[in-house]
Amino acid sequence: MSKGYRKYFKKKIFWFIITFIVAVMLNFFLPRMMPGDPVNAILSKTLGNTTDAAAIQKQYEVYQQAFGLDKSLPEQFLIFCKNAIRGDFGLSFSQYPRSVSDIISSSIGWTLALQIPAIIVGWILGNVLGAVAAYRRKIWDKVVMPVSLFFSAVPAFGAAVVLLVIFGITLKWAPVNGAYDPGMIPNFSWEFISSVIRHYQLPFFSIVLISIGGQAVGMRSMSIYELNADYVKYSRFLGIKDKKIVRYVFRNAMLPQVTGLAMSIGSSVGGALVAETIFSYPGLGSTMYKAITASDYPLISATTLIITVMVLIASFLLDIIYAFIDPRVKAAQFD
Amino acid sequence: MKNILKSCLHSPRFMTGFILFIILLGIALFYPLFHPGNPLQMIGQNSFVEPGTYLSLYDANTVNLNGKTSTFIMDDAAVNRADSNISEADRQTMLAYLAAAGVDVSHLDTSHENLDSLVTLWQENYDSSKKVEGYTTSAKKRDLRTLNSRLLAALNAGEQTLLTKNGDEEVRTAVANNAYVRSNQVANVINLPLGTDNFGRDMMKELAAAIGTSLIIGLIAGTIATILGLVIGLLSGYLGGIVDDILMFVCNVFTVIPGFVLLILIYYSVGQEARGVTTCAIVIGITSWVWTARSVRSQVISLRNRDHVNLSKLSGHSLVRIIVTDILPYIASYVVMAFILQVSSGILAEAQLSLLGLGPKTTTTPTLGLMMNWAMLYNAHTQGYWWAYFPVIAVIALTSFSLNLMNTGLDQVFNPTLRD
Repeated sequence: MSKGYRKYFKKKIFWFIITFIVAVMLNFFLPRMMPGDPVNAILSKTLGNTTDAAAIQKQYEVYQQAFGLDKSLPEQFLIFCKNAIRGDFGLSFSQYPRSVSDIISSSIGWTLALQIPAIIVGWILGNVLGAVAAYRRKIWDKVVMPVSLFFSAVPAFGAAVVLLVIFGITLKWAPVNGAYDPGMIPNFSWEFISSVIRHYQLPFFSIVLISIGGQAVGMRSMSIYELNADYVKYSRFLGIKDKKIVRYVFRNAMLPQVTGLAMSIGSSVGGALVAETIFSYPGLGSTMYKAITASDYPLISATTLIITVMVLIASFLLDIIYAFIDPRVKAAQFD
Repeated sequence: MKNILKSCLHSPRFMTGFILFIILLGIALFYPLFHPGNPLQMIGQNSFVEPGTYLSLYDANTVNLNGKTSTFIMDDAAVNRADSNISEADRQTMLAYLAAAGVDVSHLDTSHENLDSLVTLWQENYDSSKKVEGYTTSAKKRDLRTLNSRLLAALNAGEQTLLTKNGDEEVRTAVANNAYVRSNQVANVINLPLGTDNFGRDMMKELAAAIGTSLIIGLIAGTIATILGLVIGLLSGYLGGIVDDILMFVCNVFTVIPGFVLLILIYYSVGQEARGVTTCAIVIGITSWVWTARSVRSQVISLRNRDHVNLSKLSGHSLVRIIVTDILPYIASYVVMAFILQVSSGILAEAQLSLLGLGPKTTTTPTLGLMMNWAMLYNAHTQGYWWAYFPVIAVIALTSFSLNLMNTGLDQVFNPTLRD
């Protein structure tokens, strides 16, 4: 491994760890800044009209101890971290007595299986479209550009609803609810897998559809910028074949797109998670939606934490991939 | 400045976006002026009433009783009447019967255009005494007879008799089948261009108000994000050193943490009661400044060692003055563009929050996100009430499309390498 790689990776790992710590801290402290005493809220629900002050006080202390609220904030934070590492996020309020980690582990797979392929496919298709629009100009550019611009403006949930209504309800091409037929028990039979695939289509295409637009717009302007660069003019002057030049141009234009994906993955995941709720796809988005509507705080904070960690890992991995695509990293000229 | 405005006017992208935006703004500003009243008033007792103009049946009859009707002879009145009285299922039955009776109906379907020929064929071939295979049971025969009589009633509509009470006396008034009333003769007419939502509210009124509120949210969020991003970017880029390190540290951290998650967390931490429209906008603003700050910083870094800046420094100008007169003008175009994008993403962020059930707590004004949330909660999309969700999606998409168009238009104006 060259010196350039080592320096680059060290820097990225350092940032990954720092961001991770900040994310966990925000995740812990922000919800605890919420005005009002959560214990009091629970007390008023469970005790009802009890007026016996001593009993209330006793119950209050019981709850405080149960939730660990009798300790100081930093102490609570350490306990939270310790439990989080073990995967223990407590019990869910709304799906009692299921544990939060149980709910999350049953939904995380669906989200990963849906989002990662959809984002990658959307990214590739968008880049190809943008590059072709930049290279061919004329009709391609005239049609592809405004259409991509329009699709990048459609919110993810909007695309989801429109696809659901057209292909799911009107044309009945694909089911619109859940990840597999109700009544099925997940197993490795062909029947179950085909059901999963049928349910997969609509959420998948709605996420792909909206990510294509934004990527195409970005890739187009990047490619135009590169096509106008001096090295292209010089290569043409030298008589190098167009095909060869275009390869260089798009390789260069791709680099910012990879970084762009690493940086924008956080914002695009938000939209995609909301799209999940439209199809009641049993992933993290729907879990979060259910948790929010039921004011299930342990579940909310665990989902936000898991989403943050997933996004952090995704952008970290993209940064690593970037190092192998961009020759400048290897040459150690990277600042 | 004048030149920039002129080239903006010549940019087709910018102008398309601008006109679209003005139309949306116009709806938000003027629709409530012409149709005053509380946008959240529940006027309908049924939910999801279809778009259209609703005439009060009682008042239309009153017009008739007063004898103020006009008479029109319409050739297609009978067919139209049959069209609205003979249902899709009835037409299927007619087609099936005709086919069973040996009539060639392959060129016909149940559409409005074919009704005329379908009815003619039916009248030629239907005979209650004829034995047609599959239609021999008495129940089937009875069904066909009632269908036939309904059809005949619709086609040869005579007069209808209206029975009204005048004190103890019952008055019978004839309603001719060619009597018409003008819609503004009817005392009570409700115009619902987009129908009603699940609560029975006028969707159009609600939508106009929601566009306004969402634009305000976008503007507040955009302004806060742009100002924060600008200040942080300027300080970090111009001062450099430790200030830059600290600010960029914060920036780096917040680029990777999903703004969406941050939004949910902060939004939760302000508590239920405080979650109004303004708070929502402010929270969106303070979670989305990072991009602006990054880009402003990189531009400032390329500017800070230019000759004219150095000259100002040598002349002893203050920091504020250098930034305002020597740096800001160079990045102004960029800041305007960033602001436009921030407005658009602010509107989108509100919609996403609302869809998750974290929308602004308000009882006085709708937002685009809340409207979408209500439509989804009451399953408007699965039940085919397109007017309850589609206009909202279209408006959100068009608003952000118009802003994006303006942005790329400006990009071409300010950045000559992108020009065609």
